[in-house]
Amino acid sequence: MAEISSTVEPAGSAAAAPEHVSGRWGWFKRLPVVRQVRQSVGLQRGMLVTGLVLTGLFVLTAVLAPVLAPYDASQLRTPDGAFGAQQPPSAEHLLGTTVGGYDVLSRVIFGARTALLVVIVAILASIVIGVVLGLVSGYFGGWLDRVLVVVADAIYAFPSLLLAILAAIVISGGQSTMWGGILATALSITVVFVPQYFRVVRAEVVRVKNEAFVDSARVLGSGHWRIMTRHVLRNSTRTLPLIVTLNASEAILTLAGLGFLGFGIEPTAAAEWGYDLQRSISDVTSGIWWTALFPGLAIVIVALGMTLVGESLNDLADPRLRSRTRSKQVGGAVAQTSVATSVASGVDPVGTPPAAGTPDPADTTDRREEDR
Amino acid sequence: MRFLLIFPTVFILVTTVFVLMRATGDPITASLGGRLTQAQLAERISAAGYDRPILVQYWEYLTQIARGDFGTTISDNRRVVDVLTTHGSATLELTAYAIVVALVVGIPLGMVAAYFRDRWPDAALRVLAILAYATPVFFAGLLLKLVFAVGLGWFPVAGRASTNAEIEMKFDGAGTGFYLIDAISTGNGEIVADVLRHAVLPATALGLLTAGVFLRLVRTNMIGTLGTEYVDAARSRGVRESRLVRAHAWRPALIPIITVVGMQVAMLLVGAVLTETTFEWRGLGFQLAQYLTVRDFVAVQGIVVLMAVVVAVTNFLVDIVAALVDPRVRY
Repeated sequence: MAEISSTVEPAGSAAAAPEHVSGRWGWFKRLPVVRQVRQSVGLQRGMLVTGLVLTGLFVLTAVLAPVLAPYDASQLRTPDGAFGAQQPPSAEHLLGTTVGGYDVLSRVIFGARTALLVVIVAILASIVIGVVLGLVSGYFGGWLDRVLVVVADAIYAFPSLLLAILAAIVISGGQSTMWGGILATALSITVVFVPQYFRVVRAEVVRVKNEAFVDSARVLGSGHWRIMTRHVLRNSTRTLPLIVTLNASEAILTLAGLGFLGFGIEPTAAAEWGYDLQRSISDVTSGIWWTALFPGLAIVIVALGMTLVGESLNDLADPRLRSRTRSKQVGGAVAQTSVATSVASGVDPVGTPPAAGTPDPADTTDRREEDR
Repeated sequence: MRFLLIFPTVFILVTTVFVLMRATGDPITASLGGRLTQAQLAERISAAGYDRPILVQYWEYLTQIARGDFGTTISDNRRVVDVLTTHGSATLELTAYAIVVALVVGIPLGMVAAYFRDRWPDAALRVLAILAYATPVFFAGLLLKLVFAVGLGWFPVAGRASTNAEIEMKFDGAGTGFYLIDAISTGNGEIVADVLRHAVLPATALGLLTAGVFLRLVRTNMIGTLGTEYVDAARSRGVRESRLVRAHAWRPALIPIITVVGMQVAMLLVGAVLTETTFEWRGLGFQLAQYLTVRDFVAVQGIVVLMAVVVAVTNFLVDIVAALVDPRVRY
């Protein structure tokens, strides 16, 4: 994190630096995300960096959960006695205890681990299945292709959470142990995502397979398998990283929704934010705020971080949406409108003229709508 | 031609639900297994016809749905159609409120963001829109409940109306299921106020998510139209920037909203499932959560099929409306 933020402060100078950087840190500056941080300016950079920091915190929390958490996620008592249910925040329980008598802080921290595992498994599985189907369907075409396209479109139109619920019923019958639950939940989310990857990859494959280099490979006698994997696949996956980042936050929200409807992982097996929130509905009615607030905030922070990263990378990948170095002329003003300063101080920086023709970084909305 | 795709889409949705629900086995074992003996289970299964070949059951399922028959729930022995009609209106009412909130909040703020583009109000609004997306509706609901219902006591904690109002509406014989209409038909101002007060928090929780989407959409389109030649022409005649937004640019910028309202229906229905659970709003989503808890998969299947079909048909209608409204859209 420290290294990333060090490339951030001088909005003007970094943006002015040439694209191909050499020198001691050259390799570092060319790394995927780092390059985009350097490429971005102003609000876009503020959003990207905020997102990266939040996501980094989330991953660190998930990895270091056993070190950070004061108790185990399913621990109910210490040798001194039981925690007690619905205890307000105190020195022993910084965020209080739940209706089931668990420590809220520990469950929030361990919840990060569950969420991270689910997101990783869900996205990996979606990519593998979506890419294979898209590749085969787009490359061979024919009736299989037509059927798959219609099915993918229909499933795409299915309300995502309902589809995930059905899948959860099929896969696990509802509830299970930690790993079983994580796999089941992740695969339920996979079912929702596969059509997206399928569509994107298929569209690219259909485009690429008519390129001259594919014809040449065919003329040279390469087999289908070699052409598909070596020539077509490699040229069809460039948009995948963007969908992945946009999907990650949706996966978190779907996981929370499933948990909220009781399709989570058993509370003794692992902590899950959505499930904990469901348990807190009755607490809220009686004014007990700590059991709902903290798991909810955790979801918001993680989903926000991932959305910010996804949207920013998405904007940066599209030259029409990218705020260019050119906007350095309004750079000072734009830089000050970055998330932190503008929200905190609420000051209109320099009264920037409404820079006509400034590329608009917000119409990812359209894509989002289609995604839901 | 494209419009004809609605038929295969609905067919595939219905089939997907059947395949998924029956892949685990029969709903009777899922619901009652462990509570009945093997012999009793077998008897119930054969009485319900779940021991016949799967293709026969599939055919029966399709013909039943075509006739509008979704079966009978296992847990409380109601006809699924009755569940759908009783609770569907509640969900529809909540969704309608949410769309109103989304339009009232999202469109003006989107115009504001476009007017102040790339200055701090724009930046703040865009961050808020992303925040609205990242907040699960049920958490937004719980927060609203905590602050405005429990903390400040301005609004009721849960439900669609207070018991007195419900009794009075029943007594009056108003039975559309839409509480606002029922309340108005009683002619009693207090009941109308009561119903509306109950709706504020759930509608806000559900509507804010969509409001964020509208905000971003209006902003983008508005900036687009503000750059067109006819707006430039008006600007050159000395029309003030704020009037350009209010009088010239907004109409073309709002056309895409029609399409998006339709696409949001899927999102709103899913959101309604979660919001209803949060606020004990007795609609389809609340029922769905209840039936999920008792593992009554016949009821779950009925509700899910209905919602999926509603979404598919809405998208289809929206496509037609969009084609009618905007002559550039041709299929």
